[in-house]
Amino acid sequence: MATPRNTRRSQLRSRISQGSDSYQTNLLAWKVKAEPGNSKCVLKDSSAVEDSTHADDQAEDDLRIAVEYFQRGPRKASLNKEKILEKRLKTLENVAWKNGLAPETIDILLNVALSGKFGNAINTRILKCMIPETLISEDSVVKAVSWLCVGKCSGNIKVLFYRWLVAMFDFIDRKKQISLLYGFFFASLQDDALCPYVCHLLYLLTKKENVKPFRVRKLLDLQVKMGMQPHLQALLSLYKFFAPTLISVSLPVRRKIYFNNSKNLWASALIAVKQRNQGAFPEPPKLILGPSKGRSLKRKWSSHSVIPALNSANIECRGKKHLSDFLRSEISLPIEQLQSFPQLLQNIHCLELPSQMISVLNSSLLLHYINCVSDEAILLRLSYWLSQTLQEECIWYNINNYEQEKEFTNFLDIVIRVQCFLQEGFYSCEAFLYKSLPLWDGFSCRSQFLQLLTWIPFISFSEVKPLFFDHLAPLFFTSTIYFKCSVLQSLTELLQNWLLWLSMDDHVQPVTSSPLETTLGGSMDSVFQLIDYVGWLSVIAIRLESNSTLLLHFILDFYEKVCNIYINYDLPILVLFPTAIFHSALLSLDASILNQLCYIIYRYRNNLTAAKKNNLLKKEKSEFSLSSKICQEFNYYLTVMVHCLWMSTPFEKGVYIDPQILENTEVTEYRNSLNLVHHPSLLSYAACFLLQESPEERTVDVSSIRGKKWNRYLDYLFSEGFQGLKLFIKSSIHCSSVS
Amino acid sequence: MDPYDSQGSTSRRRTSNLKDYFVGATPLQKRLESIRRQSSFFPSPPRRKIPQGTELQEEIDPQKVGFLLHKQWTVYSLTPLYKFSYTNFKEYSRLLSAFIAAEKQKGLAVQVGEDFNIKVIFSNLVGVRGTQRDPEAFLVQILSKSQSSREHREGRVLWTGWFCCVFGESLLETVSEDFTCLPLFLANGAESNTSLIGGWFQKTFDCCFSPLAISAFHLSWMAAMWTACEMDHYMATTEFFWSVPCSPQSLDISYAIHPEDAKALWDSVHKTPGEVTQEEVDLFMDCLYSHFHRHFRIHLSATRLVRVSTSVASAHTDGKIKILCHKYLIGVLAYMTELAIFKTE
Repeated sequence: MATPRNTRRSQLRSRISQGSDSYQTNLLAWKVKAEPGNSKCVLKDSSAVEDSTHADDQAEDDLRIAVEYFQRGPRKASLNKEKILEKRLKTLENVAWKNGLAPETIDILLNVALSGKFGNAINTRILKCMIPETLISEDSVVKAVSWLCVGKCSGNIKVLFYRWLVAMFDFIDRKKQISLLYGFFFASLQDDALCPYVCHLLYLLTKKENVKPFRVRKLLDLQVKMGMQPHLQALLSLYKFFAPTLISVSLPVRRKIYFNNSKNLWASALIAVKQRNQGAFPEPPKLILGPSKGRSLKRKWSSHSVIPALNSANIECRGKKHLSDFLRSEISLPIEQLQSFPQLLQNIHCLELPSQMISVLNSSLLLHYINCVSDEAILLRLSYWLSQTLQEECIWYNINNYEQEKEFTNFLDIVIRVQCFLQEGFYSCEAFLYKSLPLWDGFSCRSQFLQLLTWIPFISFSEVKPLFFDHLAPLFFTSTIYFKCSVLQSLTELLQNWLLWLSMDDHVQPVTSSPLETTLGGSMDSVFQLIDYVGWLSVIAIRLESNSTLLLHFILDFYEKVCNIYINYDLPILVLFPTAIFHSALLSLDASILNQLCYIIYRYRNNLTAAKKNNLLKKEKSEFSLSSKICQEFNYYLTVMVHCLWMSTPFEKGVYIDPQILENTEVTEYRNSLNLVHHPSLLSYAACFLLQESPEERTVDVSSIRGKKWNRYLDYLFSEGFQGLKLFIKSSIHCSSVS
Repeated sequence: MDPYDSQGSTSRRRTSNLKDYFVGATPLQKRLESIRRQSSFFPSPPRRKIPQGTELQEEIDPQKVGFLLHKQWTVYSLTPLYKFSYTNFKEYSRLLSAFIAAEKQKGLAVQVGEDFNIKVIFSNLVGVRGTQRDPEAFLVQILSKSQSSREHREGRVLWTGWFCCVFGESLLETVSEDFTCLPLFLANGAESNTSLIGGWFQKTFDCCFSPLAISAFHLSWMAAMWTACEMDHYMATTEFFWSVPCSPQSLDISYAIHPEDAKALWDSVHKTPGEVTQEEVDLFMDCLYSHFHRHFRIHLSATRLVRVSTSVASAHTDGKIKILCHKYLIGVLAYMTELAIFKTE
């Protein structure tokens, strides 16, 4: 959709973005021709209109005539003076509000409005039309400011000009020279009528180097003279932000608006300009005044339930001043001004870190910084604050109170979110777990507490056991099945975090002569022990909960992680599940458990095969040898499963049960009773299969599923989602017998 | 070159963390190890020394001690101060007084260094520490400057607070040069001032205050240790307060004993010279309980001990202490430091 106007606009924009130099020369060429007396065809020569199309010609011409008219100044003797003036003004207003004016036009008209050629009313109307098409040239503004000194314009026009300057501030192409006029603007604060608008302008312009003791004194004098004015407060607080050693101010909490009214005149036009610019010129980041963003209104200094807001550190207060501090403070970026990730990357070497480090918990940008920083002091600051706060806020230390519990839960949620982001647990949280678990009721903040558990950093299991697991076990055994499931889920995640951590590059290099165990074997032992421990918990829990399906699911989820360690994490760990878990799963009444079991056995098989292959390849180098005990155990599991599910000969290999006992049970067809058709969890599938095969059949004889029908039955099961079973059968059973 | 360091610097932080953990080199790691070593959640040692004076105590300016004694202090635990410097006291005074002035007149900006009607003084408390390795204590005073009493240059004291660490160093293994560890903070004055000034410290030195409550368990220890102190003359009776939670008002039981009787009781249960053990503390309290039970048929062990006061010092479970005896100032502070460190660790 490239309408002529759009093309023009985009050309214009590209012309501006070509760089200031070319733009500058254009403007200069233009200005030379714009000398009085030589102004006939000025605008025709201007490159801004050279490619205008016929559709726009009329409007362009009218505008050109209008601008020329204003530039010439009022005529003494003219018949229709008023009428023509009105017409020209209307033209100007129409174009300005519809499409905005080119920088050159604004330059000319600003001159006209402020030079006092016309009366106040006309000047006001002209000023109100100074809406840029995209940008305003800095030079125009500087020239305009120079008119203010001549004394040709009235107070009202001055006020309007400052309001205009504040409103259009973002559209001024550069601000270098305007910044040089800081002293001039500052002096204008004297004028009571101008003061609010000048304050606002200064608020936009002020940089650290502008804040000088004499200016601070001047502002404080003004404050004495005028009292607590919001615009002064805003400027003062900005001064305090840049120079806390010179000035102190505490803003009232309620106030949100410090500058009034200044944008109202051009509100709609500004939106239009922004749309025209459409992100080509991102708005410069603005400082936000402290209290307006402060989330917490209460002054709770001694209970830190609310994480403090981000505030730059006041370097001058912190110990001795080094030369480097001075150098750094010149170029450093206060974190309040940090708004985007690219900005963070550009300034990562010169960030002014927050005065209270813990405030980074609420800043996703600074968390990136924390993630890659290697400064121990930063981590210590975080750690001290977190330890104290966790202990202080912990609700089961203090008298319970609903409000407080909610706050603590929210706080823990934030901490957990940060840990997930950093993929690392805080030491303070670990210490908090150790300290508070013995007093925990297993109920308050349960989900948060168990999530913290998943982020215990890797540690020797024999160390963590007395600190943590010995206290967790009694709670585990005496709590509901849901608690047990949650604990198992957390332990699964803990295992995963440890594995990820160990599998990451080089940190398990064997280090000799270290005071603590650091060998590969040492780290692996820890994981072995964790898996063993969870196995022990699971076996007891299964008995306590009488083979609950729900619990079995969570246990098997854990072993789904365990069975894959060798392949997925490239770590020499192969641990099988306890026999009790295997039998519970095999005899479960739930088909999905059986399916999951099949999948786990299939993955164990793959992992064992891979390990065996590797073992043969590099026998001498390998630090871990596949023990024959694991192979035997696995073979036992595999044999039992194949005999039960497939060969209909249970209790012959593996589990041996005296035939006499089996006879006593009076189950005649016990041989079939655990195969894929008769298995209690699959019987309903077999029945469904038969009904689907021959719907007219009155009686369902599941024993009829054999031979070809057996194969069709298998396909039926696979189509019902038994993927684990499918993988198991494909890998462990060679179907030669069936064909 | 240390082989671990060269490895650590090239790899990522998480990697180096693990190595550091194994090697236990950095303050952060030492801190973690000490946490993991505390096998129980309450690491109260089974025996402590009976408070004694130290040589350092001789250095204490008697006028300064006057500020500290016979006043009720609310105690707080405090995490280490980041980038705090003893040479910057003048600057801190200027900033803190401007901060207080600005806070008191919300919204009105004030110039730092301007003359306000309050004055903030930071000063060292020479000698208030256990060993040379403890960082020096310091005092912060807020004075009001009243026009009328020109001759009193000092003005009226509005608020006093001090920071100290007595025999803390042996318990704190994690001192890094950027931090100053003064875990015990004591304040006297309006709560609003404490929160204002505490807030300023939190923002300026990235530290964290929290009120230090004293549990009944620790109050019993205090009772025993302070009774054990040798006194030239007793200034106050030994007194205990128990609280019984009952409606509509809780019932307080006060139990006052002549200090010499208390000392005699202590001497009868005390065995190890110079030390107090957990058994002795339990026995001492049990004797008091059984005596009380014989007379009033009330089991004090079923109630809650909330206050202990002796000639050495008095302490309330809310975290308020008053030190009476100059000689045992350091001893009392050492125990409080221990409690504060346990809280911040």
